[in-house]
Amino acid sequence: MARVLVGVKRVIDYAVKIRVKPDKTGVVTDGVKHSMNPFDEIAVEEAVRLKEKKLASEIIAITCGPAQSQEALRTALAMGVDKGIHVEVSGPEYETLQPIHVSKILAKIAQNEKIDLIILGKQAIDDDSNQTAQMTSGFLDWSLATFASKIEKGEKDVTVTRDIDGGHEVVTLKLPAIVSADLRLNEPRYATLPNIMKAKKKPIQKLSPKDLGVDTTPRIKIISVEDPPTRQAGQIVPDVDTLIAKLKEKGHC
Amino acid sequence: MSQRSRVINLYKTLLHLGKDWPAGHDYFRGKLHNAFFKNRNETNPEKIEQMIKHADYIVKELEALYMLKKYRTMKRRYYND
Repeated sequence: MARVLVGVKRVIDYAVKIRVKPDKTGVVTDGVKHSMNPFDEIAVEEAVRLKEKKLASEIIAITCGPAQSQEALRTALAMGVDKGIHVEVSGPEYETLQPIHVSKILAKIAQNEKIDLIILGKQAIDDDSNQTAQMTSGFLDWSLATFASKIEKGEKDVTVTRDIDGGHEVVTLKLPAIVSADLRLNEPRYATLPNIMKAKKKPIQKLSPKDLGVDTTPRIKIISVEDPPTRQAGQIVPDVDTLIAKLKEKGHC
Repeated sequence: MSQRSRVINLYKTLLHLGKDWPAGHDYFRGKLHNAFFKNRNETNPEKIEQMIKHADYIVKELEALYMLKKYRTMKRRYYND
């Protein structure tokens, strides 16, 4: 029976239209709906399914971020995770928190908690880094399978079907291992109201990066955050000849 | 569980689900309130049982709808095929 660690991140909800702050220091987060990163939901679901199949003994969810990040942990607990770990990083340190810091924290926790399998979302929908799983694997020197679309756990190994360009790749990893979840891995369950209530009784351990010996002092500075270029307005042409003339002008035919 | 508390639970569950409704929580809450309020005088246990079944069905449909909406949005954003 394996001990499983899942990483969760609280991000701006996928349905919210992102707006850049007028002073270009970041995006507007105040009063904006947040939820758990969709790829992390898939990772949590997979871990919970492993537990339901009696292949995992305990699932621990971890999040790094300010106090509000606990919401993501609560959702994970409501989905069936046993215990949460909240590594509190706030203010300017959180704004420049990079996957490298998170993976150092994850690596430390994995060693402290004697974890056998780490399941992470392949990327967060806010920074789209897609680095944390890979870097954690580097720090721990554990085997890694990214973009999993199927996970089958054996006694001492795990067989993962990976989504790659033009098909699938099946790899078998020796435990301990790290897997990052792709969109097609499973369909996450909805955190129901009674389960959210029950989850309030589950334990959440609070830590700081210092407790784990990880330095999160910002080494980078955000110079400017800008909107993507807006689409140019189209033109209505009166007849086919003008259309052809215009297209020729732009070198399309 | 008594029928009464089952109905109350369903109302709470639906209220909770309504928080994710695309047109906003307030819109959903209004509709939900009307739907329950319309049948407030119903006393026939069999009819109430039917309504509970219907509400259970709506709960399942909503969960499926949200999941599908999220999946499709993610697919459109991150995958080309």
